[in-house]
Amino acid sequence: MDTSIIKLRSDLKPGFLTHPYVLAGLVPACFFLVFYFYPLSGIFYKSFFGTGKFDPVFLLKGIFSVRMGRVVWFTFWQAAVSTLLTLACALPCSLVLSCYRFPGKGFIKIMASIPFVLPAVVVAAAFQACFGENSLFFAFRVKNPIVLIFMAHVFYNFSVMLRIITGFWSSLQGRITEAARILGAGPFRVFIHITLPLLKPAILASSALVFIFCFSSFGIIMILGGPLISTIEVEIYRQAAHLFNLPLASFLSLIQISITFALMWVYTSFAGRAARFTPDAEQINLKKPVLLWEKIVIAGTIVFIAVLCIMPLAALVIQSFSLDGKFSLVFYKALFVNASDSIFYVPPFNAVKFSVLFAGAALVIALVTGLCAALFIRFCDRSVRAGWASLFDPVFMLPLSTSAVTLGFGIIITLDKPPLDLRTSIFLVPVAHALVGFPFVVRAVLPALRAIPDNMADAAAMLGASPLKIFKTIDLPLISRALAAGAVFAFTISLGEFGATIFTARPGTETIPIAIYRFLGQPGEMNHGQAMAISSLLMLVTALGFVVIEKFRKESSEGF
Amino acid sequence: MTMMRSKLIFIAFCVLIMCFFSCSGDKQPEKLPELRIMTHDSFSISKAVLEQFEKTIHAKILILKSGDAGQALNKAILSAGNPLADIFYGVDNTFLSRAIKSGIFVPYAPAGLDTVSSEFRLDPENRLVPVDFGDVCLNYDIRWFKEHDKKVPSMLEDLVKPEYKGLLVVENPATSSPGLAFMLATISRFSTQGYIDYWKKLKANDVLVTNGWNQAYWGKFTAASKGDRPIVVSYASSPAAEVFFSKTKLESAPTGAVTANGSAFRQIEFAGILKGASDKALAEKAMDFILSKKFQEDIPLQMFVFPVNKKASLPEVFVKYAAKAEKPAVVPPESIDTGRDKWIREWTQALLN
Repeated sequence: MDTSIIKLRSDLKPGFLTHPYVLAGLVPACFFLVFYFYPLSGIFYKSFFGTGKFDPVFLLKGIFSVRMGRVVWFTFWQAAVSTLLTLACALPCSLVLSCYRFPGKGFIKIMASIPFVLPAVVVAAAFQACFGENSLFFAFRVKNPIVLIFMAHVFYNFSVMLRIITGFWSSLQGRITEAARILGAGPFRVFIHITLPLLKPAILASSALVFIFCFSSFGIIMILGGPLISTIEVEIYRQAAHLFNLPLASFLSLIQISITFALMWVYTSFAGRAARFTPDAEQINLKKPVLLWEKIVIAGTIVFIAVLCIMPLAALVIQSFSLDGKFSLVFYKALFVNASDSIFYVPPFNAVKFSVLFAGAALVIALVTGLCAALFIRFCDRSVRAGWASLFDPVFMLPLSTSAVTLGFGIIITLDKPPLDLRTSIFLVPVAHALVGFPFVVRAVLPALRAIPDNMADAAAMLGASPLKIFKTIDLPLISRALAAGAVFAFTISLGEFGATIFTARPGTETIPIAIYRFLGQPGEMNHGQAMAISSLLMLVTALGFVVIEKFRKESSEGF
Repeated sequence: MTMMRSKLIFIAFCVLIMCFFSCSGDKQPEKLPELRIMTHDSFSISKAVLEQFEKTIHAKILILKSGDAGQALNKAILSAGNPLADIFYGVDNTFLSRAIKSGIFVPYAPAGLDTVSSEFRLDPENRLVPVDFGDVCLNYDIRWFKEHDKKVPSMLEDLVKPEYKGLLVVENPATSSPGLAFMLATISRFSTQGYIDYWKKLKANDVLVTNGWNQAYWGKFTAASKGDRPIVVSYASSPAAEVFFSKTKLESAPTGAVTANGSAFRQIEFAGILKGASDKALAEKAMDFILSKKFQEDIPLQMFVFPVNKKASLPEVFVKYAAKAEKPAVVPPESIDTGRDKWIREWTQALLN
């Protein structure tokens, strides 16, 4: 990447290379080169040429089979349907959350984001309790695995859309819509002709995220889908971990990465063209519900989110507290006892401590690199050439759709020599988490950054402000809400990650998800109960994390 | 004001990162050599035995868990020549051939090898030596069978009978190691020609397939979940785990295991010294310890499998509730290695299409 910058130097304005935003771009570039491209190219090279000969016929035969065709097709359409369903659920709820102020709103928002942190096994258990054979709440049963997958994807990704869209929406209310109203447009017309076009970047960004997330969905498909259903990601895992067919696994990873890149390229090439506006402060435009229908709509939203998100969570919490149908703390108490004196026993506070430490470190790394990447892309499409932005932007999304197994193998064979002998380093844990959290930060921040009109920065520059000062006094406060949304995702992704690909499970540094898997790995009722108890603990930690992030944002950006 | 704040934020970040590294840094003042053991996620050892282990070999032990059994072995193979560890623990007999062929293990016959029955010693050159074993077999919900007044199945043939329709849940051999072991049991019982017919009959008898043990046991098995399947493929030692991890002291196990008539497949786990180990003499001492009575007696309650050392005594809960197959189904590792892909493909074709 650096060399291409030097080659193009002649067509660029002087001082381009030393512009702070270009230097900022070097941060994510280095991060990606070392922790993403280097390991991946290593494993691809080893898989394809490791045995001396490259055998394309074998690979093509593996790919162009009826079964694989079905897998690729299913991967596509389930991701598309999941995205549309999530959008259908999240858009109306965002409307309500970004227009009205009502008691319990913060709580609802936090609850909606918790599912994101739960490991797939736990979500499956929750769904089993809610919609399985002996349904806990209603006689509402779901047996069809595809329906269960859609429900789980909506359950997971609802908050991604909700947060990104409301974050964006609550900043764009204000004058434009008011002007339109004064000129006589009805609320529906205002929505269709003004709000929706203005919202487009946030809707597209969150849809792209959700699509790619579902496109490379693994745990949910493995557990809820059963063996009849397979996606490219599941196929990669099967080939790599059980059939030892590394060339085919790598080839599938390459296909998955290429498809993501192509999709993101299409997306970025029209996401850049969006309306510019001056964002408003958050609290200005919130209305209190006055009319009856407004109250009904708000009540409906609360009930909807409660059924969608809170009910499965509640099922877990109830299970963690009940022993033979009665309230009991026995599972929580058992968490503090090392029944078999194992060195892999995870004291709950230790698990919380390491979960939070890893998540905090991952958040910092993802936030810094993600912000730098967003600034760099913004700088590219503002001053140099939009083509650059549409090249880098999709690249920055790739970690989301890269098979963890493949990348894990790549790390084993490439980061194995000093100074980068990181294979067994604990440092890799937050780095790996940050790699997945990073695209969320970029997607959350970029629409907000792009919405800031050029003339604000130009005016400040004319008055003598340095780019750094412009960033600190104009850009940073304006994007703080988006930044907080990105931080929430980076934090939750790290908290919920089960690090199957790296050496996280060293005695003494286990995280909560690892403890959950450990409990569920052996039979016995206590194990199940404790898994539910520590899952509930994970939810609590997540919720507290959200509250802290939110507070931090409000304090550091003074009202925005 | 904003300057102040951004400085504060910066300091907070730094503190967080410093916290992080201080926690990860090794607080080991004395300079002991380090022995690394690479293994899979299910490995466990008790604190007392680990302490004794470290004392015996005069080294600090670091255990690296590297994913499920397949992934861990794959990582060991990928890091050939520049190994991540000195010892690899946990290659099972279904991966044995492949592991040996990869050439990443060096031969060594540990001191306690004579205490191990010859049926377990599958590698004559001792590049990999047996360390523990467990039988994969049918588990059933005792209460369910009592309540429904049904006879417990006694062999694989029973499962295709109409009275067992819709009662069985198994794991996918393509994604689960007990699933693969159970498929191998059927291959051993009905031959490589006949097993697919058996599975077709099972399918007609409404067998349920999940991708992993977790989903089968915690999701579908009546004794452990709100599921509707009273028979599951699990381990012969699972009833002992049910008792050991019960909420109240149980008098009898809630589940039973069917091991008779060649319906159980024996999974044997092996360990070996990795080529390029930093200190081979130390690794050899560690292998001796792994086969010693001390380590072997720790295995049952840590990993819920049986020790291979004949002299190791079993904990009470194992003696009472864990089953062991008299005559387990046998498929030689070489045929597993050559047949695995084909069998899984055939199985997938027959069951999932």
